[in-house]
This record gives sequence, structure tokens and C-alpha cells, in this order.
Amino acid sequence: MGALNSLARGLALPLVLLAVWQGVCVAGLVNPQALPSPVAVAVKWGEYLAPPQPQVAGQSWLAWVFSGELLQDAQGSLTRVVLGFAVGLVLALPLGLLMGALPWLRAFTNPLIQILRPIPPIAYIPLAILWFGLGNPPAVFLIALGAFFPILVNTISGVAQVDSIYLRAARNLGASPARIFVQVILPAAMPFILSGVRIGIGTAFLVVIVAEMIAVNNGLGYRILEAREYFWTDKIIAGMLSIGLIGLAIDLLMDRLNRHLLRWHRGMA
Amino acid sequence: MSTLVFSGVSQRFQTPGQDNAVQVLEAVDLNVAAGEFVCLLGPSGCGKSTLLNAAAGFVQPTTGTVTFANRLVTGPSPERGMVFQEYALFPWMSVADNVAFGLRARGEAASVVRERVDGLLRMLRLTEFADRWPRDLSGGMRQRVAIARVLALHPPCLLMDEPFGALDALTRRSLQEELLQIWAELRKTVVFVTHSIEEAIFLADRIVVMTHRPGSVKRDCVVALPRPRDQADPAFNAFKQEIGALVMAEQHAYEDAERRSFTGD
Repeated sequence: MGALNSLARGLALPLVLLAVWQGVCVAGLVNPQALPSPVAVAVKWGEYLAPPQPQVAGQSWLAWVFSGELLQDAQGSLTRVVLGFAVGLVLALPLGLLMGALPWLRAFTNPLIQILRPIPPIAYIPLAILWFGLGNPPAVFLIALGAFFPILVNTISGVAQVDSIYLRAARNLGASPARIFVQVILPAAMPFILSGVRIGIGTAFLVVIVAEMIAVNNGLGYRILEAREYFWTDKIIAGMLSIGLIGLAIDLLMDRLNRHLLRWHRGMA
Repeated sequence: MSTLVFSGVSQRFQTPGQDNAVQVLEAVDLNVAAGEFVCLLGPSGCGKSTLLNAAAGFVQPTTGTVTFANRLVTGPSPERGMVFQEYALFPWMSVADNVAFGLRARGEAASVVRERVDGLLRMLRLTEFADRWPRDLSGGMRQRVAIARVLALHPPCLLMDEPFGALDALTRRSLQEELLQIWAELRKTVVFVTHSIEEAIFLADRIVVMTHRPGSVKRDCVVALPRPRDQADPAFNAFKQEIGALVMAEQHAYEDAERRSFTGD
């Protein structure tokens, strides 16, 4: 009952807005080229989602469903996010753990990181294209860059801020430095690391859309820019909403992962 | 017969960016016999926790030495198990995994670990909490887990830093009684830091009253009361008054020093 109530409350404002939007369009108050009606967007969204051909014999149902343009684009965007994010994570996590654990390394590298960190990943686009040309490589580079700094910075502070009492207790119980690192420092830093991962994947998703507008010719970012060329405003909006839904799904997934990995943590679960 | 020996232990701490170092301990000489229960008693800032940290091997004295069982203390070791006021349980491990931590670090077989952990949980009446997170437990239960965690490694010596300081009076009383029972059964050497006069008299064979900064031994007195001790006993109270006068003199010195540092005199 409570869940149903909160669902109703959560849907009320979007439904009202949709109704107003539809009303404005039906009344002819706006140019449909500038703002198509929600119904038109929904219809276009359906076309965008639908497979272009009927299922052929021997084709699996899943392959058929995924032959639609929207799911092809979503798959392209998500593959880039996952690839770029993985590259960023694989570089940032070990480096952050090392920098957090070794104060001299931190002192040595911190100024450089502070200088590079405020440069938005998007500012690297010209350089990325010069270095990697067009296609997936510059996109993956930019996405990795977007994920790298939030993960790095959070991992460093996570490790550096491990309460020394845990280290003393572990040393007192005879744990080796390697055991302390894996069983004490890493889990103690995990809340910080995961919040970095969450920001990192959010940034990666932001960057993928921009990168696709510039460097590649598929994916959700490419598609909404392409739709502008044809004045398909309905498709632009359908694409934007798709991007929003995928972003929401990623964030919910991260939230689930957080809750699972931090189930010991006060204030979680 | 002494097992834990402090000889001329002095400790100075230099705060980065400040000229004058703080002299926390000044030439402390103290012998603790095997199986003895010694309480270090004094006001805040008397260096009693620093002395305990030196015994644990977490800090090296600026001058002087600490030896345990005739060996120089140079670092932490499970033979001197530490119990912290803040429990210091690993919050990402279950109660059972916390208790098993030292055994696993020592490379014990899984069956040995399980048996030892089960026994300790039973002894400290924690069996039903084995799979819980520390955050699910009350302060008293958490401190029982911390005690079980150090006992797992059969330490001949327990170092306890105000272990019951954060607990309510009834829980505290109950843990004091349990600790005495464990001590009587296992004959550990115990060095117990407290600022509670009653607690010191209730628990200790010997009370070492420390002076305000720099900390040194002000009075080293045997608690001659028979066990189990009764706080309502007139002899208990007479002793409490005697010790109380000593400690309060140092407490006033501490408060005066704090006032001076605040007004900048």
C-alpha cells in the first residue's frame, strides 16, 4: 500500500506535465517542428525501438528484438561506456590505492593531479581526435578519462582516511602488511571507492553522449544529433528520454551494488 | 617474576609546525608480575594510554625501554593483546570473522579456527551473534567480541585501554565481573588503563596512580582487599578515599594547566 502510494505520488507530476504538453500541442499553441506532442514522441519512440524487418526463420527472438535501431544504439553506447569505464577503473584503482597508502607518492603526484583534474574530459576532444582519429578509440579514451579522476581521487582519500585504530588492531593481531591491505585497508576504503565509482560511471555516461556526437556514427549521442539534421524533433526527444532511462538504470544498478558491498556499513541497507 | 618491565620510559611528542615538544612521560619505572592485574589510574593527559601503547609496541619510547618476557618490545605482537575503548572491531566482518582474524593471520587450519572461535563465543556468551555485523551489537557486546578476538591467540598479557569507558554503568559492572572471571581462569597478566577509581579498586591487584603531565608514577599501591570485592564494604570506601585524594590532586593540576593554556599565560 505504501509502495503504491509513493508510486502514485511520484507519477502525479510527470502525468500532469504530459497532459499539459499534449494540451498545448493539440491546441496548436506551438510549432510541432519545435515541440511535437507526447503522442507523436511516443509513436516515434515505438518506431525507433521496433525491429526494421519481421522475424526471419532461424533468427533468434533476442537477435530480432535487438535489431531495432534504438537497441542497437543503446548497445553501442553502453559498450563504449563499459569499455571506457573499465579502462578508467583499471588505471585509477591501483594508482589510487598506491597513492593513498604511500604518502611520499601522494606528495609527489598530487600537484599534477590537482592541475589535470579540473579539465573537463570534453575539453580533451580535439586532442583525442588528433591522437586517435575518429571512431571508437577517441570515444573510449574520453570516457576512460571521465571515469579516471573521480575514482582516483576518491580511492586516494578513502585509503588515506582509514582509521588508524583498525591498522593498530590488525598489527596487534599479527596480520602481515599484505593481509592488512586486502582485509583492512581495502574494505575500510570501500565506501569512498564506491562513491568514486558511482560518480565515475555517471561521468562516463555523460561523456559517451558527447563523444558520439563528434567521433562516431552510431550510438544514442550520434542518433539525436543526426535526428536534428532531418528536423526529427520527436526522435530527438525520444532519444533523450532513452538516454535518461539508461542513466537511471545504471544508477539503480550501482545503488544495488553499493548496498550489497557495503551491507556492513552504518546507514546502508 | 616480572614479565612486563618499563625502565626509564620517557616519551616526547613533537607536533609538526610547533617549536616545543610535549613531554608526555617522564622516566617511568614499572614492573608487572606474570599473572598480575595492574590498573594505571590518572587524569586525562597523564600519559597512561601512551604507556600502554609503548607496551603494545605501537610507539617507541623516546628514551628508556619496555621488555616483555625478557625480550625488548619493538613492535606489536599478539602476545600482548590490546583491547581498545573504541572496540576497533572490523565493521565489514561478522562477529565470528572478527574473532577469527588473528587465527587466520597466523595461518591456522579452518577446523582449528572454527573450534577456537566457537569456544570463545560460548565463553563470552556471544554464540547467537556469530553471524551478525558489529553495528548490530550494543557497546557491551562489541567489547566482548573485542576481548574474544585477542583471547583467540592465547596472549599471556592483555593491555586494556579504558575498555569499559564508553559503557553504561550496569554493562560496565557486568563486563568487569566477566573480565575478573576470565582473568582468574586463564591467569593472564593484565594492564588496565582507567580513570575510574572504583573500577581500579574493584579489579586490580595493584594500582599505579600517575601524575599529570609529564606522566610518572606518583604512587604504586597494592589493593589488599579480599576478592570478590564489595563496593559497599567500609574498607573499599576507605581505600577509595585514599586513592581518590591522590588522583584528584593530579586532576586539579590537569585542570589548572588547561586553564593556563586557554588564557595563554
